[in-house]
Amino acid sequence: MKEFTCIICPRGCRLSVDDNMNVTGNFCPRGKQYAVSELTNPVRTITSSVRVNNREDLLVSVKTSGSIPKGKIFEVMEEINKLSVSAPTRIGDVVASNILGLGVDILITKNID
Amino acid sequence: MRTIDLLIIGGGSAGMAAAIQAKKEGIDDILIVERDENLGGILNQCIHNGFGLTEFKEELTGPEYLSRFVKQVEELKIPYMTNSMVIDMTKDKIVTISNKDKGVEIVQAKAIVMATGCYERGAGAIQIPGDRCAGIITAGTAQKYLNIHGYLCGKRIVILGSGDIGLIMARRLTLEGAKVICVSEIMPYSNGLNRNIAQCLNDYNIPLYLSRSVSKVIGKDRLEKVILSAVDEKMQFIPGTEMEIECDTLILSVGLIPYISLLDNIDCPASSTKGAKVNEHMETMIPGIFSCGNCLHVHDVVDFVTDEGRLAGHGAAMYLKGKLARGNKIVVTPKDGISYVVPQEINRDNQEDVTFKFRVRTPVKDVWLIIESNGQQVAKIMKPVLIPSEMVMVKLSKDKLDLIKDEVTLRLEAR
Repeated sequence: MKEFTCIICPRGCRLSVDDNMNVTGNFCPRGKQYAVSELTNPVRTITSSVRVNNREDLLVSVKTSGSIPKGKIFEVMEEINKLSVSAPTRIGDVVASNILGLGVDILITKNID
Repeated sequence: MRTIDLLIIGGGSAGMAAAIQAKKEGIDDILIVERDENLGGILNQCIHNGFGLTEFKEELTGPEYLSRFVKQVEELKIPYMTNSMVIDMTKDKIVTISNKDKGVEIVQAKAIVMATGCYERGAGAIQIPGDRCAGIITAGTAQKYLNIHGYLCGKRIVILGSGDIGLIMARRLTLEGAKVICVSEIMPYSNGLNRNIAQCLNDYNIPLYLSRSVSKVIGKDRLEKVILSAVDEKMQFIPGTEMEIECDTLILSVGLIPYISLLDNIDCPASSTKGAKVNEHMETMIPGIFSCGNCLHVHDVVDFVTDEGRLAGHGAAMYLKGKLARGNKIVVTPKDGISYVVPQEINRDNQEDVTFKFRVRTPVKDVWLIIESNGQQVAKIMKPVLIPSEMVMVKLSKDKLDLIKDEVTLRLEAR
């Protein structure tokens, strides 16, 4: 039996999973999916920020387009920290594609004029 | 002097929602005044995700969430001024606006929505004993340095206070290469969301110490170490429990307070939230001045701020049209285990449902929430778990409200 907190929404359900992958404690179906994923292949979405070349002292926020394996978080951060963009930026702009071959892109999350 | 029907002070989530709502209800002469360079308020620096689950049924980052409202403000052609600060406001709604390029302008507003947000309690507020060295900053300041400007505030960091901003910053600083040694919380429970303890601390093996606080800061020029000591039930340090931790930065996440200094000079009563006292339309005790969002009471979720902004925008629109119910007042009082309730007053002639928003004083399990009026029960709702860090909302329909006489009380009762 494993116990952990669901991170899908602010409700934060306390999930229990038994050896046969039966999930209890979840309020919604997403909790069940999360529990199974957490035990088989835990993943996270990463948000960060990258430099804006043509602006002084300014970063623009970014996120991974999907979730990445938990074990790859710091490698992905290293890649993000190599990136920079030029303003103007638009939400959804792709800064880097298929990062580390993980099948996710790095997307802009802030409009800067 | 220029006249403006609806002046909105603060262009964050609450202010934008209020403006959009009032515009949709036919108020055209609106001006939003925002002191920062851009609309959006604090969400500009909240680059993590988790916003919008109620409002949009999807998970957005702060900047993505705010951009949807900026877009509506633009599409509805609602005028706004940035880099502009309201420096004075009278009871008669004469407002002084200072802009770095245009100078000072004085305008006469017919209605005002205060949406000025909140500020962080700093080192002075919690009186940390020890040296007065550099390296002690609030979580929001560290967040702005890092997420907007790209400066890491330190390399070895202790975080005091386990509110959500502190937890979010623990993860963020770790991702950017700092060593977050621990989070220390004076209370026996965390004030942050469980999911943030899981995804911000547990994911990165950052320990959370409960019932423990900073008893001393040590450093000649820059912070060199902090002493963490356990506290007893009376929040007094227990001798012999000291932990000495070498660090260069102490980040404070020790509470937020509604920012309402503009109301100081106009005799506008406050409530136990430290924000203004309001009625069900988020109207303060000064007719035509409304308040919403974190300057009214500090919220946990931006979606609820947006909702409250709409309520204030609706109230202001009704006021400007002369349609706001005015009648005998029902006084709303929190009792037994409830620390505050918004609103604090309801107009007897109000024709709409009313949502009570409240917080409990301490974590409780299996309780009844009882709403009663002059000794008569109006509603009794079962609540399995209530914690201080989660605001609770209870909607009372118009027919239930009709049962209420001149006062209404919210209280908890053990099951």
